[in-house]
Amino acid sequence: MQQLKSPAETRVVVGMSGGVDSSVAAHLLKQQGYDVIGIFMKNWDDTDENGVCTATEDYDDVIKVCNQIGIPYYAVNFEKQYWDKVFTYFLEEYKAGRTPNPDVMCNKEIKFKAFLEHAISLGADYLATGHYAQVKEVNGETQLLRGHDNNKDQTYFLNQLSQDQLSKVMFPIGHLEKKLVREIATEAGLATAAKKDSTGICFIGERNFKEFLSQYLPAQPGEMVTMDGVKMGRHDGLMYYTIGQRQGLGIGGAGDPWFVLGKNLESNELLVGQNIHHEALFSDQLTAVNMSFTTNTPKAKTFSCTAKFRYRQADIKVDVELTENDGAIITFAEPVRAITPGQAVVLYDGEVCLGGGTIDEVMKHGKKLTYVG
Amino acid sequence: MNRIYLDHAATSPVHPKVIEKLVITMEQDFGNPSSIHATGRDARKQLDKARDRLAASIGANDHEIVMTSGGTEADNLAIFGTAYARRKDGNHIITSQIEHHAVLHACEKLEKEGFDVTYLPVNEHGRISIEDVKQALRDDTILVTIMLGNNEVGAIQPIREIGELLQEHSATFHTDAVQAYGLLPISVDELKVDLLSVSSHKINGPKGIGFMYQRKGTRLNPQTFGGQQERKRRAGTENVPGVLAFAEAVSISQQTMVKKRKLYEQFKETMVSTWTQEDLAFEVNGDEKYTLPHILNVSFKGTDVESLLVNLDMAGLSVSSGSACTAGSIDPSHVLVAMFGEKANQLRNSIRFSFGYGVTLEDIHLAAQRTTDVVKRLVK
Repeated sequence: MQQLKSPAETRVVVGMSGGVDSSVAAHLLKQQGYDVIGIFMKNWDDTDENGVCTATEDYDDVIKVCNQIGIPYYAVNFEKQYWDKVFTYFLEEYKAGRTPNPDVMCNKEIKFKAFLEHAISLGADYLATGHYAQVKEVNGETQLLRGHDNNKDQTYFLNQLSQDQLSKVMFPIGHLEKKLVREIATEAGLATAAKKDSTGICFIGERNFKEFLSQYLPAQPGEMVTMDGVKMGRHDGLMYYTIGQRQGLGIGGAGDPWFVLGKNLESNELLVGQNIHHEALFSDQLTAVNMSFTTNTPKAKTFSCTAKFRYRQADIKVDVELTENDGAIITFAEPVRAITPGQAVVLYDGEVCLGGGTIDEVMKHGKKLTYVG
Repeated sequence: MNRIYLDHAATSPVHPKVIEKLVITMEQDFGNPSSIHATGRDARKQLDKARDRLAASIGANDHEIVMTSGGTEADNLAIFGTAYARRKDGNHIITSQIEHHAVLHACEKLEKEGFDVTYLPVNEHGRISIEDVKQALRDDTILVTIMLGNNEVGAIQPIREIGELLQEHSATFHTDAVQAYGLLPISVDELKVDLLSVSSHKINGPKGIGFMYQRKGTRLNPQTFGGQQERKRRAGTENVPGVLAFAEAVSISQQTMVKKRKLYEQFKETMVSTWTQEDLAFEVNGDEKYTLPHILNVSFKGTDVESLLVNLDMAGLSVSSGSACTAGSIDPSHVLVAMFGEKANQLRNSIRFSFGYGVTLEDIHLAAQRTTDVVKRLVK
């Protein structure tokens, strides 16, 4: 980050969600003397039949907090862009039998693209968000670092950001623990200090996921079978299940609990098995597509690092081989459970998030596990 | 940087004389006009005087004025009051697509209750046609509600002609005059309207007060129940300071009307000629001839309203995009949709400048220049 201008001359647009994290992000920047503007981004219209919309309530909180901090606030609408770039992708992936990660796509296409462009059109030097991640300038390049609070680190969702995007970004709370963020909010008397964190995918929120998805995609119920072909019951539609899932299978009887092992799209069968450590859930290699790196420094064709295959998972040592068309073959130092196509594989070198891609195929002993997508 | 406020159609600054009146009334006439004692009588006396002034401003009788909490309540009272009072006469209501939401959403509510509502279209200048009104009229039409001057683009509607037309029809005729009041001379007898809505805060009066004119003999069901105030048409202790201050604002606006109109026309010309000289690609939305003098709605080609408004705000210019927006909702202006269709560029690049008390020609020059700078930067 080049700090040629003084904070007072540096305009920072803060993406404010109405939550405590972005509230504190704006508060801290204002305290540091920046020219701060709070902007609420509306990506999804969830107005119900009573005219109630969570965005309205969240924006009310943004207004309160901005007035408390003493910064101007505005709103911007990206519903159309979100629908085109994120939601369409989300549905396409489910249709293809995969488990998409809309938050990764939202960061790449909306928050740090459309929204960043909007911020720049308002004369902003930087865009700040309340993500638990850090940026640091090293040798003229901006590195993306894990958030200080390991439990909250959100670099998994930021893996697709480019050097160009990262060079215009600030993460004012990335060096803090969540607990401290709440304390700062409480001490400053911010209206969102005690507000509950949002959970789940932003446009679904607290709603029933099955019900939501069924509004957009036709469900095809089918058989639930073991790896040996024994019928265990019916499933409601393959898209409702994800690899490794335990809840909601409805298989009764004695013995160990049942888990989703895979899907057979052709026969519309859901593959299930007992034992959380069922051997069919484990793999040792994957191929990734859409590999993207956070820095412009050329990467060696092969290198070793660590990786996460889902949010909040512990890092695993891996060997990476970059292939054509932004692909990669990633081999794990130990077998990993429930790798899910459609989710992100994110690479790290120590604290540095190198980038990542989308999990495409999953392998064991050099053979593709056809049943996981 | 001095801030220039050009959003007087949204709300306007309170005139110093009005503030004075408000404070004096709060100090001296705090009584309840319904009380039987001298304190109450004093308040009642002041209230009646104020009511006379309000009535005189539209050529009405004092009994025909119903105080409300503002334009929205006046519109709601007129629409629901008529619909419920005349349900047995018919089921049909005529309005237009460009009404204020206080009218549109009231009509939509009645639609849900089983009333049949016709929403008249407008031409690309934002005017409804008298022919369309004729076509829409039915035997069971009980209410026609059309605004006098549009709040977003300023287009003045053919109210007098509709009033004339309705002389041969039993439908009640309401006009929302909130935006036109104080800038156009209004006579309820010339317009031949039965009901008319007015708000105080658009004409440099306090917020939270307005009135509805109800022609003698026009049937209306009350929508608020309680005491006997406003001849049982609107229960609730009168907002005495509000009414007196409002009456003060009305007197001022009536006295300055001609002067204001001339001045605002000059403001419009100044802005338009500045942008023409600066070679901006823009178009004025609305009707050139039938227009409210204080509203200038402009579409700047190649801009985006969200960036435009925020940039103008940061440049010290308070303007708006028509109806006030909520939580990032860019529901395109229903007025512009009615004028240009759902896919028109104007929906994405139009902003409204509106003039009022305290704005000087110097402000206008400055505002036109600031707008030019922002538009040039955004269009590139």
